[in-house]
Amino acid sequence: MKGLAGRIIGVIVVLIGVVALIFVMLRIIPGDPASVLLNEHVSQANIDRLTRTMGLDRSLPEQFFGYLAGVLHGDFGRSYYIQQPVSNLIMEALPFTIKLTLLSIAFAWTFGIISGVASAMYNEHIIDYLFRGAALLGISVPVFMVALLLQYIFYFRLSIFPLTYDGSFASLILPAIALGWNSAGSIARLMRSELMEELDAPYMDTAKAKGLSYRKAVLVHALRNAALPVISLMALQLSGMLSGAVITESIFSIPGLGKLALTALQTRDMPLLQGTVLFTAFLIALGNICADLINTLLNPRLRTG
Amino acid sequence: MKKEKRQNAAADILRACLKNKAALIPGIIILIVIALSVFGPLLTHYDETSQDLLNRLMPPGNGHIFGTDELGRDVFTRVLYGTRVSLLVALLPTALAVAAGCAAGVCAAEFKGATDFIIMRLADIMLSIPGMLLAMVVLYTLGGSLTSVVISLVLIEWGGIAVVVRTATLEIRESEFVEAAVSTGAGRFRVMMRHILPNLVPTLIVLFTLNIPSSILSESGLSFLGIGIQPPDVSLGLMAGSSRQYLFQMPHLALAPAGMIMVLVLSFNFLGDALRDILDPGRRTL
Repeated sequence: MKGLAGRIIGVIVVLIGVVALIFVMLRIIPGDPASVLLNEHVSQANIDRLTRTMGLDRSLPEQFFGYLAGVLHGDFGRSYYIQQPVSNLIMEALPFTIKLTLLSIAFAWTFGIISGVASAMYNEHIIDYLFRGAALLGISVPVFMVALLLQYIFYFRLSIFPLTYDGSFASLILPAIALGWNSAGSIARLMRSELMEELDAPYMDTAKAKGLSYRKAVLVHALRNAALPVISLMALQLSGMLSGAVITESIFSIPGLGKLALTALQTRDMPLLQGTVLFTAFLIALGNICADLINTLLNPRLRTG
Repeated sequence: MKKEKRQNAAADILRACLKNKAALIPGIIILIVIALSVFGPLLTHYDETSQDLLNRLMPPGNGHIFGTDELGRDVFTRVLYGTRVSLLVALLPTALAVAAGCAAGVCAAEFKGATDFIIMRLADIMLSIPGMLLAMVVLYTLGGSLTSVVISLVLIEWGGIAVVVRTATLEIRESEFVEAAVSTGAGRFRVMMRHILPNLVPTLIVLFTLNIPSSILSESGLSFLGIGIQPPDVSLGLMAGSSRQYLFQMPHLALAPAGMIMVLVLSFNFLGDALRDILDPGRRTL
């Protein structure tokens, strides 16, 4: 487990780097943030007062270490626009994004793995071409196009699902499919190529010689070995999913993290944008560590590392 | 003599592409799309920004192939102009990101030690922020425009490219011809320019082609949300975003530009796959 400790330290270093990068990037903007926030008819005294309450009168390094210390305590500052602690707003939004992401991961895994396995087992057969085409289409369609098509078909034409999120499980299904679509495509492609490689491995001949049926040999032996890179890919996809969540949550009016970040950008709410972006980076770091753990559990070769 | 040899290599790649149907067909589609967007003004007598409020939201037909939008602008013309932006966004930031990622990756592998550590941690930092949100930070600071979208795409993409280039460079450095060059007294710079870079070219071509789809998709997503490219500039994502409210009455308003994005991305994905098979058969699909 020494490797894991090293990984975690590495992740912490990177996260501090993320805080620094975002902090600097949001502050190279020209002009005085306090006067941008208020309009030009406000007296200088009021601008000064806001500058002080926002802590903008301190030097940049002072501000940074103050912010970093706050972040370590779970304090992301106060939102300019909604006048609440950023951490509260994030915690309110988080459950929606988690629900949406988990549901779309479930969709992407199920669809991606089934079509990847089917297309590897029926290599160069019509089934293979169909699934491969579908997967390529999956990674080529913009998230918003899937979302709009789903709304058009399943709300407007068939009226099976609600148009936007209303708190019910049914209203989460369309957004989850829209968000998981791209991931399903890339999982299917990786699953296929990994499985194809495993099918040529010598242990497959052994399995066949032992009298296992082809289907059983694929599903029991090859799939287990081919699954490892696919699991790593899933961790990488968390980043893409959180990106896609900005679009999906906006189209389906889900009050999650992506919507929060978009609102922050549109209202020029710097602390809120900063907090949300940092928080998504923490989520991704957490996802990477989880993927490492799962890989170590599934792959005995990594355990002594 | 040497120059001739290099041209032959380029000709070989081109010949292999022409023979390979999987590369040829998407290549032709991309060329057609480029031709359409470049010669677009000759195909239509409408203007991409001129409004005709008497003919708002017209269905397809009547001289408007895709109808007109909420301000009476010809949608077909706007799709052609929007494709220019998509193509620009496909090529420019991706090329810049490949150049930056290549420089960073080669330096990390060459100089090792602290340089390697700093470059790779920087890449890690970039990779641990979701692309869309990193772009939003850039757009907060610079405001929505084509330039800021290009800058954000370069920032999003260079890290992943640097990681791949670093690995490839380390591999090349192990090979015998580099050892031979070093033992004949070639300097570090000469080895880098003459021996490592030329051998990175196939990897770079594949990285370039495979990053184009994500550039196009990111730009269209940002513009769809109204935070990327701003009107009066035309972008396919922006068109789809502003026609969203008419989705149920006139679905083609949003779906025509979205469909164009899909055709482009699909072609580049096909081409990227085929190129990888041609140039780098060892590597697997991701």
